[in-house]
Amino acid sequence: MSVAAITVPTVTHSLSKDEELTEKISIKNLDFFYGDHRALQSVSVPLYRGKVTAFIGPSGCGKSTLLRILNRMYDLYPNQRATGHVTLDSANILSPSQDLNLLRAKVGMVFQKPTPFPMTIFENIAFGIRLYERLSKSELGDRVRHALERAALWDEVKGKLEANGLSLSGGQQQRLCIARTVAVRPEVILFDEPCSALDPISTAKIEELIDELKDDYTIAIVTHNMQQAARVSDFTAFMYLGELVEFGETTRIFTTPNDRRTQDYITGRFG
Amino acid sequence: MDTALYSKRRRRNVITMALAYGATGFGLSWLVLILVVLLWEGFSGLSLSVFTEMTPPPGSAGGLLNPIAGSLIMTVIAVLIGTPLGILAGTYMAEYGRYDKLTMIVRFINDILLSAPSIVVGLFIYEVMVAQMGHFSGWAGAVSLAVIVIPVVVRTTEDMLTLVPDSLREAAASIGLPRSLMIQRVAYRAARAGMITGVLLAVARISGETAPLLFTALNNQFWSLNLNAPVSSLPVVIFQFALSPYKDWQKLAWTGALIITLAVLALSIVARILTAQRKTS
Repeated sequence: MSVAAITVPTVTHSLSKDEELTEKISIKNLDFFYGDHRALQSVSVPLYRGKVTAFIGPSGCGKSTLLRILNRMYDLYPNQRATGHVTLDSANILSPSQDLNLLRAKVGMVFQKPTPFPMTIFENIAFGIRLYERLSKSELGDRVRHALERAALWDEVKGKLEANGLSLSGGQQQRLCIARTVAVRPEVILFDEPCSALDPISTAKIEELIDELKDDYTIAIVTHNMQQAARVSDFTAFMYLGELVEFGETTRIFTTPNDRRTQDYITGRFG
Repeated sequence: MDTALYSKRRRRNVITMALAYGATGFGLSWLVLILVVLLWEGFSGLSLSVFTEMTPPPGSAGGLLNPIAGSLIMTVIAVLIGTPLGILAGTYMAEYGRYDKLTMIVRFINDILLSAPSIVVGLFIYEVMVAQMGHFSGWAGAVSLAVIVIPVVVRTTEDMLTLVPDSLREAAASIGLPRSLMIQRVAYRAARAGMITGVLLAVARISGETAPLLFTALNNQFWSLNLNAPVSSLPVVIFQFALSPYKDWQKLAWTGALIITLAVLALSIVARILTAQRKTS
């Protein structure tokens, strides 16, 4: 059966041939362990500056695990460790001397479930800004506004910045979380299935947002939704059972995958 | 459908429900009886003089001002000592040392302390404070109450912080928030209502404690706010007056019991309201 006979998601991005790619994050021979269980097996993959890289694969393939290494989120928990090389602008982020708070200010993350802090909408954004910068009240207000505009939420919340962040709808909460992440001015943003708890309209808004954000940020997104990967990403990495099976331009991965397993997965034959 | 089976099930359901209602009614009836007697006896003795006059010698009129003041002062000091210690320990257990062996040991010991008879606490403070100082004192009373407050606050703080979802901690970490700030600004805020409830429950618990005060603060028939001397307290006065043969003392004991009950009731209502707020927010 030829690939073309099956519905393949349409890819909206393609790279111009002469574009020069630089690696913002470079992952080499990365292994990850939950206790004795090896969840990632010598994964090597680049994240290109200013590009969106999607990680796809069936549940339990290690894509979220991989994402959580990039901001050392796993460090919050015992018995989890990563070995190998992960560099951000050529600095090794797995090094024990890496300052985790600085790393996480540079590498922001948006989670599967919206997680606003239990405070006002304004405070949700201002909180992170105040951590690293001393700003006057008006500057802070501008920054909050800018972050909310960036997350396409400003028009919906401008009249109620003092309302509790938890009073927003799920989709709005997720955009609030994106605004919160953007407000800290990271260089990389990690999206861990950001739309899996959202309705189609909110999903469309967030995808649009990701597309706009990539001008300024390097983006990695984990998704179960192949159409979404095809729509938002420039590069796609297919993972299976803790291994990176295939990595390449999204256009190519979704039209002419090299590996049989990739083809089976994107055509919906397993996973 | 097997109608015989179904009707058998219905019968069994009715019997079980009747037993459950019966047990609840039996338990509640005693509670209601106690409250009715307390209200009846207590309200009849309630007057302004209860709050303005000292405990009287037998046969003369008086009030409960000195035990009320003593109880308030010792309770406040106990809470001031116990709350920070309890919250810090609970924070360690839920946040910093969640996966440590030490936390398991502390939790185990704390649970023992939580259910330890309060008279043991009184004897312990008698030994380490009263015996060393050579006299009974309000400080010893306050400390023994604090020893009761601590395990309650430790337990509720740990429980409430454990209820704060890890996703919120991860979100806080993901914007580069150091752990100490995450705890203060995010976790405490999310768990605030529950933690305050814990402190209120601890206050309710100690406001009726007699045993730990008997060996520590003892009692004082006169107006005294000197915490280096014996200090009067409501539970001890109730204990002493209720067991006395004098009618007017017994009356005051009822009134004192009513005051404690109403105070605890008020605290419980506040705690309930706070808990309800946490659920809806």
